[in-house]
Amino acid sequence: MKNSKLALSLLAASIALIGCGEQKPAPKAEQKAASPAAEAPKPAADAVEVRIGHAAPLTGGIAHLGKDNENGAKLAIDEANEAGVKIGGKAAKFTLIGVDDQADPKTGTTVAQKLVDDKVNGVVGHLNSGTTIPASAIYNQAGIPMISGSATNPKLTEQGFKNVFRVVGRDDQQGPAIASYLAGEKKPKVVAVIDDATAYGEGIANEVEKTLKAANIKVLPREKGTDKTTDWKAILTKLRGRKPDAVFYGGMDATGGPLLKQGRELGIKAVFSFGDGACTDKMQELAGDAAEGLLCSQAGIPPQAASKTFLDSYKKKFNVDPILYAPFTYDSANLLIEAMKKADSTDPAKYLPELQKISHKGATGTISFDEKGDRKDAEITIFTMKGGKIAPIAVVKGGKTQSYEEFLKSR
Amino acid sequence: MDIFLQQVINGVTLGSVYAIVALGYTMVYGIIQLINFAHGEVVMIGAMVAFTVITALAAGGMPPLAVVLVGTAAAIPVCMAIGYGMERLAYRPLRRAPRLAPLITAIGVSIILQHLAMLVFSRNVLAFPQIIHVTTFNVGGAAITSMQIAIIGVCLAMMGGLTLLVYRTRLGTAMRATAQNQQVAGLMGIDINRVIAFTFVLGAALGAVAGVLYGTYYGIAQYTMGSILGLKAFSAAVLGGIGNVPGAMLGGILLGVVEALGAGYIGDISDLCAYGWLAGLLESQCADGGHFILFGSNYQDVFAFLVLVLVLVFRPQGLLGERVGDRA
Repeated sequence: MKNSKLALSLLAASIALIGCGEQKPAPKAEQKAASPAAEAPKPAADAVEVRIGHAAPLTGGIAHLGKDNENGAKLAIDEANEAGVKIGGKAAKFTLIGVDDQADPKTGTTVAQKLVDDKVNGVVGHLNSGTTIPASAIYNQAGIPMISGSATNPKLTEQGFKNVFRVVGRDDQQGPAIASYLAGEKKPKVVAVIDDATAYGEGIANEVEKTLKAANIKVLPREKGTDKTTDWKAILTKLRGRKPDAVFYGGMDATGGPLLKQGRELGIKAVFSFGDGACTDKMQELAGDAAEGLLCSQAGIPPQAASKTFLDSYKKKFNVDPILYAPFTYDSANLLIEAMKKADSTDPAKYLPELQKISHKGATGTISFDEKGDRKDAEITIFTMKGGKIAPIAVVKGGKTQSYEEFLKSR
Repeated sequence: MDIFLQQVINGVTLGSVYAIVALGYTMVYGIIQLINFAHGEVVMIGAMVAFTVITALAAGGMPPLAVVLVGTAAAIPVCMAIGYGMERLAYRPLRRAPRLAPLITAIGVSIILQHLAMLVFSRNVLAFPQIIHVTTFNVGGAAITSMQIAIIGVCLAMMGGLTLLVYRTRLGTAMRATAQNQQVAGLMGIDINRVIAFTFVLGAALGAVAGVLYGTYYGIAQYTMGSILGLKAFSAAVLGGIGNVPGAMLGGILLGVVEALGAGYIGDISDLCAYGWLAGLLESQCADGGHFILFGSNYQDVFAFLVLVLVLVFRPQGLLGERVGDRA
């Protein structure tokens, strides 16, 4: 309640700001952009200024994640400045313009417009799918390339925007990944698939079923609950009679936890597996000891699996470890810079084609994009519950499963 | 067969919780012909209060059973106070008003309580601390947990106690007298206000216990849990005959079993591929062991209300209800 009030007043304040003075935010950005330049020993007359926008929630419940994202992008930009990149024969001076979208779709579009007005050359962000999707339309209209390091909703790249990219996996790649892990590692003969009758739950359950059937595994008729179901006993009792070796549930932790707990109470010994909606430490709270050994998936890789060089320089610069998506925003910013270098131009229209065909070895592995702007062979990480915490055990990439240790070694 | 037995065990467990909640509806209705829609929220608040106390004590190293008992002991007076408060503030001033007014007030009270709980506790799902070690027993291939046995036991004990109270004590006699005719009961020297307030308080106390049982059984509590639980318990009360104490108990248990069996078997029954001539029509879906399921188990919640509709159509007074023209 307090949060929403705060968000509301902030929103009102930002609207008021924009309403009463179009000039007001602009000089601020000008100042921000100008100050590092001023520190530099008198920029050469032929230096070119490159502005990279970054949008993420910097206030509210996930402000720490937003800051983490911004740090990732900042690191990339500082490194590029130190390296002394030349674009079009001139020394390039990169500046990061960080804005706060408050994880709110409306604020997201407002700050997107602000970045466009500030004439950024490229954007890294946003953090949430809910803010990234509406903002992407604004960047698209202005022709500014944007790369999100954390928006996993498939819709983002299904809009047909040529300037929209992401370096993280899509939600709909999770289903096939967890299913192929199940099929490969646990070798079940019969699998029960349950969903919560929501778009997310049904979607991921369908993908899992498809992949399992393709692997010649018997899938029991789909069972359904709702996103408010607390009593799964009737369904589980019925399933118990059909003796599945594994159970997949497409839904959130609030319903998945009780499902798992009741399943074990009824004496079902199958492996329980979930999508990212139930891939949280909260599962342990909700299901108790029954949560031990569950399998679940998340798009992307855990931050500690990023390249060692990145981890070291991040730690050195910010004196903390990356929390979640920083390696991805770091790569996003670097991709923009790389594409500009390749095109030898900071003009979005000129470097966008380079971005589309780029192949860049970043902190999260080699990145290239498909025609939609999704990352080719994006990684999905499989987790298990171990001692009350979810821990990564494997990484699925392009249909191939690698144990987490191997994956760490390979980079 | 073991599956069937398991479904029945699950159904009876859930049903006995329904029965306890249904008692709260039926007692109030029996006395002042008011459907107290806020009763489900009282149950929710019972679970929430107990949850808070149990979480606070869980780390303290007390024996788990004692922790749960203390939690319940904390929830009961809170719910009793709420039960008394809503009777005194929301319903008593409307006692002589047309029957629609208190009914709508009840819906209002329900919304107020729900949002109060959201503010006081949380809008998230709260997890009950997993402190009770559940042992599972095997009965003819079906699993029955110590928790289920405890729930059924507590519910049966409460039903027994309530029956004794209503039919064997002076207070119970006063309650029944008030139910029959408030004015005459008043003339006979019964303090009607006290009896009505007592009925609310008693129902709320039962609700608190039901909330704790429900919460510990499923391990979760949320501020929205009361509405659907309340509606189902209300259906159970109507099924048994609203205003009738044994009827609410029978209705609750019956409803629990119907729901468990319904959710367990509807998928198979509505699998069109199981019917020869229909399978022919749907050959693409039914080929090699495929299924075309019309109603999945997510229709579980529908059964309670299907039963409610059927009862109202064919036996409006409920299974054990009296044939009184102006009721039900």
